[in-house]
Parts: sequence; C-alpha cells; structure tokens
Amino acid sequence: MLAYIARRIVYVIPIVISVALVCFLLVHITPGDPLVAVLPADASQELAAQLRAAYGFDRPLPVQFGLWLLRALHGDLGNSIATGRPVLAEVMRAVGNTVTLAIAAAIIGFTMGILLGLIAGYFRETWIDKLATSFAIAGVSVPHYWLGMLLVIIFSVELNWLPAVGAGPGGSGAWAWDWAHLQYLVLPAITTSVIPMGIVTRTVRALTGDILSQDFVEALRAKGLRETGVFRHVIKNAAPTALAVMGLQLGYMLGGSILIETVFSWPGSGFLLNSAIFQRDLPLLQGTILVLALFFVFLNLLVDIAQAAIDPRIKRG
Amino acid sequence: MLIEKTTRAALIAALALATAAAWPRAASAETVLRIGMTAADIPRTLGQPDQGFEGNRFTGLTMYDALTMWDLSSADKPSVVIPGLATEWKVDDADKTKWTFKLRPGVTFHDGSPFNADAVIWNVEKVLKQDAPQFDASQVGVTASRMPTLASAKKIDDMTVELTTKEPDSFLPINLTNLFMASSAKWQALYDKAEGADAKAKSQAAWAAFAKDASGTGPWKMSSFTPRERLELARNASYWDKARVPKVDKMVLLPMPEANARTAALLSGQVDWVEAPAPDALPEIKQRGFVLYTNEEPHVWPWQFSRVEGSPWNDIRVRKAANLCVDREGLKDGLLAGLMVPASGTFEPGHPWRGNPSFQIKYDKPAAQKLMQEAGYGPNKKLTVKVQTSASGSGQMLPLPMNEYLQQALAECYFDVQLDVIEWNTLFTNWRRGVKDPSANGSNATNVTYAAMDPFFALVRFLQSGMAPPVSNNWGFINNPKFDELVKKARQTFDPAARDTALAELHAASVDDAAFLYVAHDVAPRAMSPKVKGFVQPKSWFVDFSPVSMVQ
Repeated sequence: MLAYIARRIVYVIPIVISVALVCFLLVHITPGDPLVAVLPADASQELAAQLRAAYGFDRPLPVQFGLWLLRALHGDLGNSIATGRPVLAEVMRAVGNTVTLAIAAAIIGFTMGILLGLIAGYFRETWIDKLATSFAIAGVSVPHYWLGMLLVIIFSVELNWLPAVGAGPGGSGAWAWDWAHLQYLVLPAITTSVIPMGIVTRTVRALTGDILSQDFVEALRAKGLRETGVFRHVIKNAAPTALAVMGLQLGYMLGGSILIETVFSWPGSGFLLNSAIFQRDLPLLQGTILVLALFFVFLNLLVDIAQAAIDPRIKRG
Repeated sequence: MLIEKTTRAALIAALALATAAAWPRAASAETVLRIGMTAADIPRTLGQPDQGFEGNRFTGLTMYDALTMWDLSSADKPSVVIPGLATEWKVDDADKTKWTFKLRPGVTFHDGSPFNADAVIWNVEKVLKQDAPQFDASQVGVTASRMPTLASAKKIDDMTVELTTKEPDSFLPINLTNLFMASSAKWQALYDKAEGADAKAKSQAAWAAFAKDASGTGPWKMSSFTPRERLELARNASYWDKARVPKVDKMVLLPMPEANARTAALLSGQVDWVEAPAPDALPEIKQRGFVLYTNEEPHVWPWQFSRVEGSPWNDIRVRKAANLCVDREGLKDGLLAGLMVPASGTFEPGHPWRGNPSFQIKYDKPAAQKLMQEAGYGPNKKLTVKVQTSASGSGQMLPLPMNEYLQQALAECYFDVQLDVIEWNTLFTNWRRGVKDPSANGSNATNVTYAAMDPFFALVRFLQSGMAPPVSNNWGFINNPKFDELVKKARQTFDPAARDTALAELHAASVDDAAFLYVAHDVAPRAMSPKVKGFVQPKSWFVDFSPVSMVQ
C-alpha cells in the first residue's frame, strides 16, 4: 500500500509542473493587454512602457514563467494587478468560501443522489425507478444558473424567505454557523447540488441494478440472508465506483462555479475567476487556476488512495 | 375582578417598559444605505480607484476630495468643475505652464492630520515622481493618463502650491478632478511599521495597509472593508463642506456584477439601490413601487472612422449619410426601451462645449440616400464597410443588437455593413493600436464607447493629429489642420468662459465634419427603494451620496 501511495505521489509531480506551464501559457497567449486593469487605453506610450517594465511584462516569456514558478514554489503567487493584494491570500479566502458551498452542496447532492439511486436501482423498471430517474435527468439537464435565478425569484423575491445574494449579513469574513448566516447558503447550495445529485443517482442506480443481477446476490439470498444484509453487500460492491464519481463531483464543486457564484454573488473561487477574467488580472487568473488545478490533482490522489484502501484489487494493479 | 385588574396593570407596566426600552433605540436608530454596484470587486480604496469612473464614483469621490471637483447638485444643468480642496487657482501671466492653487484652510484628513501644501505635493509625487518613497506604479496608469500634462508640484507656502505642466494647458483644473488627496501622515505611519526587504517592498506593504484603513478628506470615512464583498462607509460628521455632510449614518457598497442578481437583491429588500438593473425587469421594478432614475450621461456610443488612405469614410458625404440614415428614436423606443439619449454629437444642446454646428445630425433617410448617390453608390452598388465591435463590455450598452440595428438601417442607404466581433478587452487594446495595426483585421470603423467628462477625453485624444497611435486614441488617424488649430486654441485659452467657447468651436467643427457616427448616450439607469429620498441624478458619471436620506 505504501509503495502504491509513493508511486501515485511521484506521478503528481510532472502533472503539477505541466499544469503550471499550461495555466501560465493559456493566460499569456490570449490577446489583449495584461495591464488593462491599471492602464487605460488612453495612457501615453511612455507610461505604458514604464508600467510594463514595473510589472515585469517587458521580459521574455520563458523568464517570466521561470520567475513566477520560482516564487510559486516558495508560496508566493505575486500580487493582483488590479488590487495590489497578494494573490495567495485572495485565492485562499475565495477557496474557503467555495469549500463551504461545496460541502453543503455535496451533503445535499450526495445524500439525495445515493438515496434516489439505491431506490431506483432496487425498484428497477417500476414507476418508482422512473420517478427517481426523472429527478436525475432533470438535475443533469437543467441549466443550474437558470435554476438559481428561478429559486431566487421564488424564495427571495416572491416569498421573501431567503436572501438572494451574498455570504452572510456581514460578508464571509464574519461568517458564523447560525441560521442568520446559513440562510445565505441554502439557495446556492441547492443550485450547486442538482448536477452531482443527478450524476450520483444515475451512477448508483446503474451499479445497484447491475450488482443485484449478479449470481452472488442470488447465492446470498439462497443462503437465507435477509434483504438488509443483501443490500449491505450491494452497497459495499457499489462503493468504489460511486466514491470515484463523488470524488470527481466534489472536485468540480471545489473548483467553484463561475455562473452560480456570480448569480448569488457568493465570494468563492468562481466569483474570483470571473472578476480576474473581466479585469484581465493575469497574476490573479494564473494563481487561481493553479490552486484549483492543484486541488483537483490532490483530490484525485486522495480518491485513488481511498479506492485502493476499499478495493484491494486496485493496488495490485 | 382582582385578577383582571392585576393582568391589566401588568400589561400596562410591560407596555411602558417596552416603550421605554424601545425609545432610545428608535431615537438613535442607525440609517444605512445599501447599494448593489455593477463592479465585480470593490474598486481600489487607496485613493486612485480602478474600474473606471464607477470606481471614482464609489471609492474616489466618497472618501476623498480633489483640488477641483464636479458640481453634482443639479439634474438639469451640465455638471461643471467647481472648487474643491483648492479655493481658487490662476495661471501665471508670464509663463503659462505654471499654475498657482490656493488651498482650502481648516481641512483635515480622517486621521486628523492637516491638509496642506505638503499633502498636495506628496499626492502629486505618488504618481509622478518615480524615486519618491510613496510612488506607486499601480496608481499611475489610472491617474497620469487623466492629467497628461501635469509635470510637478512645488510648495509656495503652507496653503499655496505651484503646479507645472509640460506645455500650456488650460484643461489642468478639469484634469485635476482625477487626483484624489490621500493622507500622507497616515501612509507614513504605515510605512514606518511596514516590513519589507527594501524601500519598494515597504512602500507596497504600506499602500496595501492603507487600502484596508484608508484616510482621505471626503464626506465618507472607511468603516469596514471585506475585499471583493463589502465596503462600509460611515458619515464624516466633520466634513469641511457642511452642506455635504451625509444624511445617512452608513453606506454599504456591495459588488454584484450580475444584473439579475442585483435586481433580485433590490426586489427582495436586501439592498436599497442598484446600479444598472436588468433591462427586462424595469416594468416589474416600477410596478412594485421602486423608483427608476436616468439622466443623460457624458458618454458616447459611436463608430470611430478610419481616415487612412483608401478608407471609404474619407468622403464626407459618406460620413454624413451614415449619420443621417440612423433612426435613433426608433432605436431608443424599441431595442433600448427608452434607456438612451439619441446622440447628435459628443455634447447635446445646453452643454457649454456644444457650440453651433451647421450639420444637424438627425434621421433623414432621403437626404442620406441622396448623399450616397452623389458619392457614387446606390441600390446596385453598395458600399462595404467593416466595423470592429465586442459582444459586451463596460459602457458598450447592447453592442451586438445595436450594431445589427445599424446594419439594417444603413443597408437602406446602400451600405453593406460587416461586423467583426471580438472580445471586449481585445477591442479595447486594438483601439489603442489604431487602424493601421493588423489587429484592425481590415475594419474601417471601430465601436468603442467613451466617457466625455473632460475636453481631453471627449475631443482632443480623438481629433488631434498628434494623438494618433501609439500616442493615444485617434484610432482612425484623423488629420485635420482645423481640429489641430482649435485644440491648440482651446488649450491655450485660460479664461474659463473663453476656453469653453473655443471647445464649443472644436466640437461644432467635429460635428460639421461628421467625424464619428454618433449614435447614443447612455442614461446610467439606477433603481431605488421608495425609502431612498433626496437623490439627484446629475448629467455625470458621478453622483453625490451626501443628500440621500432613508425614511423608515
């Protein structure tokens, strides 16, 4: 097991370097001026050159990448061009808010997804299955930003039950786990949860149906095991695949949703990315993409290790 | 009976207690104005905001003052420059590059330090003197470009400064509205405490700390700040202009870049005021009792023409025909649901810089068709023109539908309009590079909207031949000696009234030359709760929050 973990960690190193290179190049090869946030189009040529030099954009691209990577390895992602604030602090604060949202959405989405999937798989080809599958299809198909707006219209504008935007009465900096703050989380969390809910439902339904049709289930029943006991075996066999799917979904949610966070003005990583893109704030954009990509890489690593722990066949491979 | 009496007595006592408890709270209830901005982040708070004039509106003019300021008190009259932290100014009779500014006495920064000549020099040098400790490259771009001729500042005495320009420039007092005065004493204290490997690092750390705990002389003081989420400003009860001491206790600024989210926040009572509500929600906003404010903004939605050799726009008949072929009222009443003012130039009648152009920009299709026929075009020989535009962007209003409207309108006057749609930041960057750059991609017009607050931004940078790329925004390389002469005249006319007359001449000449295809002015729509009272929407990009009050 330890050798397997070590091997997986070694694999991560080239991935991280590639991710850093790709995210650096992607934001630099797109057209437009990287200083657009601080340099109006009417600035003089002399001023533009002065600022380009001050921000180091006059250096060759490989030198810029080398310096950026060196600083990044020391935990310094530079300062935002638009705000002057350190990128790492900005990204970590936003990621913290996205994690809060992702966990809330995961609790809703995974719980609902597993329940609906198990029910649909167990009652396959019945009206119960069709109802649960309809929920799953709707969850995957409905554009989530549209659903977000719909929920806001119903629960905020018409019923006035829940706030429409923001992350608490005093912002996320004053976050507390009480209803006054949690109510701000309800609508974005439900909106974020619908896609994972749909995907997990479909996955678990397929797995449950598939496992229930296998011979060993018949054998278990023939041995006189009660349905709850049979179900325990079904869950155990479905768990590795379901876990992998949920891990990926959690990764997507931790990456933040530009659309959902913008619709709800939720100050997470998606909201930050949106701002960085529109302000063409390259250090912030690079830093945010890098941190999110690393999250994904390490989450996949954790899922791989967890899968290996659950299913001994994996580490043998 | 006894029980009934006791109950009644208890009730009365409880009521009295409750009233007594509630009374002081009611008397001292804090009034808070909550605003949903279109910005995705709080504009920079350190004195020179980013995010264009929305930044100046919310974190510039609120916490800071400049030597000169805009009069924002009227919804009817054009907004003009008035004394701010300078009470009077004059140019040297012998050397027109030297100006003397008398400073307002008795003004203090929010941290209690005095505003004086040293503070002015310190603030000029924060953006102009590269070896000054407080020099901050991140503030230079948004400031120096807006006061392009200012070179240096010198102290005459505690309350008098001398400002020097690179060349004689009568626009200086107008340009100085963009230089906000931050507290040097506060910054120095933060600099002394800052950690950093060298002076530059310490300076950056001091500015970062200053942004979190800002100090200006404005009517609002920073109260609390959560980056990207909220900025709370408290009224500055000791503001130097007693008529502009804010009426509400606190103002909360919230970034809400998505129009539907802003609208929902207003309709659900989460905020009291939103900038630019979702256009299709306007009927509902009004129907629910909210109030919609609009006014003509110093903003122009144009096509800027290429005037290089071979451009079809070099023929004045073609330029005039395009201007006469657009039904702007139809655009306003149809596509834009009333949210525009038809443009007949950069400035509309009533503005001091409007002048008296002889060419009247209006909808006259037969006249436009006649001009095109005179120029050699007709139903069987259409003129192909290509315009570069964006799908969205700051100030661009509805660029694609509006350009498609123009495409259809101009087709009736024998134009074949092709659209080259690119990303907003790229369009903006290409604007600076000019029509001769390959980035123009064969287009012979560009559709970048502009602010027309001051003469340099509204006229000079487009019309003066020396402003052609890479110097500034004369994208199409306009080279008209008459414009150059009028720019020079305006810049060297130092009596304000005579300067305005010269600017009006320049504007009239540009309209007579049909220098642009003038289409629309934005109206800066904002929607408010009926609880918001006392608001005046001036003809400006800026507003004064001080007279706004909240009724319970």
